[in-house]
Amino acid sequence: MLHCDTLKEDMQIYLPIAEVSVNAFLLLGLGGIVGILSGMFGVGGGFLMTPLLFFIGIPPAVAVATEANQIVASSFSGVLAHLRRKTVDLKMGVVLLIGGLVGAALGVLLFNYLKSLGQVDLLVKLCYVVFLGVIGGLMFIESLNAIRRAKRNAPTGKRKNHNWIHGLPFKMRFRVSGLYISVIPPLLVGLCVGVLAAIMGVGGGFIMVPAMIYLLGMPTKVVVGTSLFQIIFVTAFTTLLHATTNYTVDMALAVLLLIGGVIGAQIGTRIGTRLKAEQLRVLLALMVLVVCGKLALDLLLMPTELYSLGAAGGH
Amino acid sequence: MMARLFALILFLASPLMAEEVVLGMSQNRIAITANFDGSEILLFGAVKREEQIQSSPPLEVVVAISGPSQPVTVRKKSKKLGIWVNTESVDVDLAPSFYAVATSGPFDEIMSHVEDLRHKVSISRLIRSVGAPMDVQNAQRFSDAVVRIRTDNGLYQMLEGAVDVDQQTLFRTSIKLPANLTEGDYSTRIFLTRGGEVVSHYETTIDVRKVGLERWLFNLSRQQPLAYGFLSLAIAIIAGWGASAAFQFIRQGG
Repeated sequence: MLHCDTLKEDMQIYLPIAEVSVNAFLLLGLGGIVGILSGMFGVGGGFLMTPLLFFIGIPPAVAVATEANQIVASSFSGVLAHLRRKTVDLKMGVVLLIGGLVGAALGVLLFNYLKSLGQVDLLVKLCYVVFLGVIGGLMFIESLNAIRRAKRNAPTGKRKNHNWIHGLPFKMRFRVSGLYISVIPPLLVGLCVGVLAAIMGVGGGFIMVPAMIYLLGMPTKVVVGTSLFQIIFVTAFTTLLHATTNYTVDMALAVLLLIGGVIGAQIGTRIGTRLKAEQLRVLLALMVLVVCGKLALDLLLMPTELYSLGAAGGH
Repeated sequence: MMARLFALILFLASPLMAEEVVLGMSQNRIAITANFDGSEILLFGAVKREEQIQSSPPLEVVVAISGPSQPVTVRKKSKKLGIWVNTESVDVDLAPSFYAVATSGPFDEIMSHVEDLRHKVSISRLIRSVGAPMDVQNAQRFSDAVVRIRTDNGLYQMLEGAVDVDQQTLFRTSIKLPANLTEGDYSTRIFLTRGGEVVSHYETTIDVRKVGLERWLFNLSRQQPLAYGFLSLAIAIIAGWGASAAFQFIRQGG
């Protein structure tokens, strides 16, 4: 008992940039849980981790910047597992990445503009609620239908996406995905994800994964690996931007989160391959909806403390 | 004439430095290490005096520790179109990042309002000049909010009765410093009062500094942010690759 207490006390760690003291096991655990989800769904997990870090008392600016760094690690770990199983469409990944980097740069400009207006927190939260709500809802309905079809044993058939996307120029063949489509839609998807990644402080997988499945018509098996591939580079870029402009990347925090995170991601990737694609999507949709609901409640219910403190002068 | 001069001499000579503080501290440097989890500082001292102990009014002690001051922006939310939005903001010029007052009795009784104004001891006297925009009413509420939020976080503490005084000569107290301390010089003031008047005061500083790895990381992040950013990324990528390789190895081995 005594031993347990001393151990617990010893595991408190002071974070040099965040300037708070946190239990190291708590951070390892959070990293692990989010890492498992990240490996399973191919999402960076930022949309879950960032609010969790706020909750344990990490200053929001540090949480957002450090989370970007942690996503690099868990995505890298995840993408290696996917590369081995050849479930990454590198060509598609590069096209998405080009869009993503441009988007991230635009996103940072937009972020700084909103910051000068003093309403950046609100817009970040509204972005979360709108995007998570719409995407979570759509995915949930779609994947429930898919499960119902599968249960009826009817042939699911190939998704037929013969819509406006197929009329666009600059067509390119993506052999791994088995697609022959214009590069414009993937570039735009990458761009949107990049903007959102910079504004919301997330990898953007929760938006990219459904966009790849429903908009680009990519096979679910390659979607996860390909999105992880793009996320690594976009979040690495974001980390550097935060480290050089706001000095808010906390290396000690990142290391603890990513030790848990990379291990979790490996476990998650293995769980993911055992589950059916539809089940995976229902779970992801439910999670997205829960986070959305929580954020919406925060905006709608009267806060217990109306006032908040921040560093003065918008540095 | 003589009587007035005599009174003046008496006034100058009397209580001012008749009683002096001799202070000891458990530590005057606090090192923020990797496993820093707050600290407790023990202050003890004696009252040095040349003459007999006055019996009344009794000697009281007030100890105030103040962290470095920084400007703070206070924002207030109100309901717009059904959601809670930051609508007003006030910049508070200076507010200490930490402030603790320990006293030997109820604050109002042992330090008069005038002395509190002069020495700025109580928490409500701390927060200086609020530069409120013209359209913001009740600017005072914004500085109250700073005190309320920081009190809730354990950063502002009013510890009435936390100082023990023995025989009007020895005193001691301990003050808990929370884990979320800011670096800097923490000014420590000790006031001796009698009947609400300050008869002597003493000032010293406690040095709170990050050391070791904490110091190194913090400096690197400020002085060479690009190198710091790349180092963070390198650690992330190595950790990601390492975990992947380790799991691969385990799977092949098993």
